[in-house]
Amino acid sequence: MAYVPLADQDHDQEHHDPHTFITKYVWSQDHKVIAIQYAGTAIFVGLVALGLSAMMRLQLGFPDTFSLIDPSSYYQAVTMHGMIMVVYLLTALFMGGFGNYLIPLMCGARDMVFPYLNMLSFWFYLLSVLILLSSFFVTGGPTGAGWTLYPPQTITPGTPGHETGILLMLISLAVFIVAFTMGGLNYITTVLQYRTRGLTMMRLPLTVWGIFTATALALFAFPALLVSAIMMTFDLLLGTSFFMPAIMAAGEQLDYNGGSPILFQHLFWFFGHPEVYIVALPAFGLVSDVLSTHARKNIFGYRMMVWAIIAIGGLSFVVWAHHMYVSGMNPYFGFFFATTTLIIAVPTALKVYNWVLTLWEGDIRLNTPMLFAIGFVFTFIHGGLTGLFLGNVVIDLPLSDTYFVVAHFHMVMGVSPVLVVFAAIYHWYPKMTGKMMNETLGKMHFWCTFLGTYAIYLPMHYLGFLGVPRRYYAMGSTDFIPESAQALNANITLAALFVAVTQILFFINVFWSLKNGKPSGGNPWGATTLEWQTPDTPPKHGNWGHDLPVVHRWAYDYSVPGYPQDFIPQNVAGDFGVSDDHDHDDAPAKHA
Amino acid sequence: MAIAVALVLLVVGSVVFHFMSPWWFTPIASNWGSIDFTINLTFWVTGAVFIAVNLFMAYCVYRFRHKAGQKAVYEPENAKLEIGLSAVTAVGVIAMLAPGLFVWATFVTVPEEATEYEVVGQQWQWSYRYPGNDGILGTVDTRHISESNPFGMNPDDPNGQDDILVKDPEMYLPVGKPVKALLRSKDVLHNYTVPQFRVKMDLVPGMVTYLWFTPTVVGSYDILCEELCGIGHHVMRGKVVVAEQADYDAWLSRQPTYAQLASMAAPNIVAGQQQYAVCASCHGQQGEGLQAMNAPKLNGLQSWYIERQLKYYQQGVRGAHPDDQYGRQMAPMASMLSTDDAVRNVAAYISQLPVTNSPDTVSGNVSRGMRIYNANCAACHGKNGLGSWATDAPNLVGMSDWYAVIQLNNFKAKIRGAHSDDDYGEQMVSMATAMRNPEQVNDVVAYINSLR
Repeated sequence: MAYVPLADQDHDQEHHDPHTFITKYVWSQDHKVIAIQYAGTAIFVGLVALGLSAMMRLQLGFPDTFSLIDPSSYYQAVTMHGMIMVVYLLTALFMGGFGNYLIPLMCGARDMVFPYLNMLSFWFYLLSVLILLSSFFVTGGPTGAGWTLYPPQTITPGTPGHETGILLMLISLAVFIVAFTMGGLNYITTVLQYRTRGLTMMRLPLTVWGIFTATALALFAFPALLVSAIMMTFDLLLGTSFFMPAIMAAGEQLDYNGGSPILFQHLFWFFGHPEVYIVALPAFGLVSDVLSTHARKNIFGYRMMVWAIIAIGGLSFVVWAHHMYVSGMNPYFGFFFATTTLIIAVPTALKVYNWVLTLWEGDIRLNTPMLFAIGFVFTFIHGGLTGLFLGNVVIDLPLSDTYFVVAHFHMVMGVSPVLVVFAAIYHWYPKMTGKMMNETLGKMHFWCTFLGTYAIYLPMHYLGFLGVPRRYYAMGSTDFIPESAQALNANITLAALFVAVTQILFFINVFWSLKNGKPSGGNPWGATTLEWQTPDTPPKHGNWGHDLPVVHRWAYDYSVPGYPQDFIPQNVAGDFGVSDDHDHDDAPAKHA
Repeated sequence: MAIAVALVLLVVGSVVFHFMSPWWFTPIASNWGSIDFTINLTFWVTGAVFIAVNLFMAYCVYRFRHKAGQKAVYEPENAKLEIGLSAVTAVGVIAMLAPGLFVWATFVTVPEEATEYEVVGQQWQWSYRYPGNDGILGTVDTRHISESNPFGMNPDDPNGQDDILVKDPEMYLPVGKPVKALLRSKDVLHNYTVPQFRVKMDLVPGMVTYLWFTPTVVGSYDILCEELCGIGHHVMRGKVVVAEQADYDAWLSRQPTYAQLASMAAPNIVAGQQQYAVCASCHGQQGEGLQAMNAPKLNGLQSWYIERQLKYYQQGVRGAHPDDQYGRQMAPMASMLSTDDAVRNVAAYISQLPVTNSPDTVSGNVSRGMRIYNANCAACHGKNGLGSWATDAPNLVGMSDWYAVIQLNNFKAKIRGAHSDDDYGEQMVSMATAMRNPEQVNDVVAYINSLR
């Protein structure tokens, strides 16, 4: 893969330098500012979704107590919580936030390839968030169809927000996809074309590999969501019947005929399953770099880790119908999708082994980012293993649509990625601000979050075994659910509220450290990758001063024997570790 | 260091929680023990991995935590180890997947001897159809569905004439016989779930889905909807009674066939008028109601609703709760109607009485009431409050408002609607409970008054 030498373009850079406050911080084309705009917006809207989950948990833990929460608003909260967390928080934060900040820096580039498009990407994203939030203020409120938006109920009476709320949701998703496409094309192009001299693909940090692959997935997957959103909008506004068979609503025959609700599910999950990895792969990448840096040891099995990311990304397109085992699709599909789904376990397990083996014979510094990273490995093992239950088609029969599913996906794509988000923020905050975050507050935040979330989700699996259905406003009376299940639910709610409230520690830390944090210097963790080698911290516009860095080695030369320091930055020449100044070899490890 | 201890404690704690947990699968009541076997197998394999990998990680964190003078070992990769671990993982995956696929093969292959029955889902009710003596279910179409043909039966299909229609959330199955459930929805997605049977499947409008099982244990089990189907999703309940063959046959013979229902004679309104004379002493000659006697207005109600309530009073489903003071007065009155025909006749008579006005006696915040009503009540009772046969929801508009308040409070207190045979009462219990305080009840009733 060829790289584009950019050193010759140094003088052009001057023209792009922003001069006013507006161009520097508002209509900014600097990837670092856009990253922070993206991250700030995503975290804000994530807090809205966190509030909605608190509302749901209050109803479930203490039913019939809070007058704000009726069935209608409960299902609206369920829906908006899910959609916001998956798309508007996690996707936007990993791609728009970390992707924007880290890709150019880790590639030794001055910025994204298309800075203007990058700026537009953020503003379209903000617009999609505003459209989404506006649905809280329209007649009927936001849609309450569940984040999966399964027709026909999304657009029939009997579902909250079936007129305006759903329309705003569909428009917002379409705008989000436009925003993402502009950003995503940038990330792909930048990785392929803007790597600095010596930075071959197989020398890229895993963070870049994770975000790069996830972006490719997203560019293939989001169109499926876009077309289904458009088709559903047509069903809603123009009376087409893409997803609508002949049905009744409130005793009336509706004017639809011949459509297929299952078609929507296929389109949705063709997007929806890769979406899981759109969130997970960047997390895999980020956590690999955090683990390696703080263990003072190379990531174990770098090449396998790269191929595992690619294999997982590829396989993620042929497993989607494992979300549909009990949807009424042809049951013979179950054989195929159960097999592909369980095959994914192999490269995924390999990643877990290699993370743990990275700790083996390391020199582990238990800094706050490292604690979050280790916490991630634990929760990800848990969530990954429960996936083996649900992926095995026959086990999905009793467990589908129960709290087991809720517990599983929160563990694997809620808690795990969020722990990585925190690990990454604690890890890269010094680069972004020049200040260290407070370790004591950080550790308190870690313990509350890590133990608290486990207290929420471990018991929740057992409600699922019992057969408690998900998406129930209230359990009502049944013969098979004992009173003790309600007591358990109350405890889960208390744990959830505890976790929600303790997140304030994080925000205090972020703002307090901005002013009072210890100065970090350029490379406080002794890390090897390029973003830590910038001449200024935080990096200035253009990132690298006059000369772009030249890369001489892979991203993981930690504790190289014979070298005085326990890390060798990628841009340091010399015949130690996995470097080669003469030819840019694609297989660094063979020199080890 | 603390994190190493925490990891060990979490592993130990998880294992202890697992073995101490009283929350576990319901005792199985079908032939699908093989599913439970696959789950248990998966539990052992994944449990072992969970314990081993996490304890190893805890050990690494403990053993290789930073100490002065320590340096990590430089080892970029170890292909043998990585391939070996992947191979072991693949073996574990195959060990779980292979039995799973075998069991799935039996699930997709319905035994020849399985008898069919149909489950019909709609917002937010279950009903059922059995094929009758010919063993064949007649054809149906959404386009045939109407108040008099709620199953959408094709009137010209001879196979459908003897179909047995159960418009009631309770169904029966014979024990020990394999059955194939054909699943059909009138409106949105639903899911037919009985936790004790282990199997479930979505109901999809526009197509027929299926599942099969053999009930093995006599008893009564909850049927739940497990696919989000609108705001009444959580109150869409049914019961399946697994009975000995003789009990099953007896139950089935009491259910009407399509031909019987289609040929039922019209109710006799003149006879109904004569029977109404007793009712008139409290409810008024025109059914206009009399608050002084605690008798609500009746005219304006649909006949099927009146009929159902009268039967509930007769059967002790309603008006038997010790705190239901007025209901207990009504129960013996309802029992004076000695036959089903008498009930039908009087209900038909009341439903055709001219609609009179009832005075406003409840005041509340109409706009707040509108928000609550439209978000929650309108799904069944309609935006206009007129109710619908399709959702079995009675008219609310123009009825006695003081009575609505009493009934909402009765639902909340489970004085009404909590009886296991009150098919739609449980839904009202849940919905009424969503109105947490007396103000909200008054607001809603005031809004309903404004709909006149």
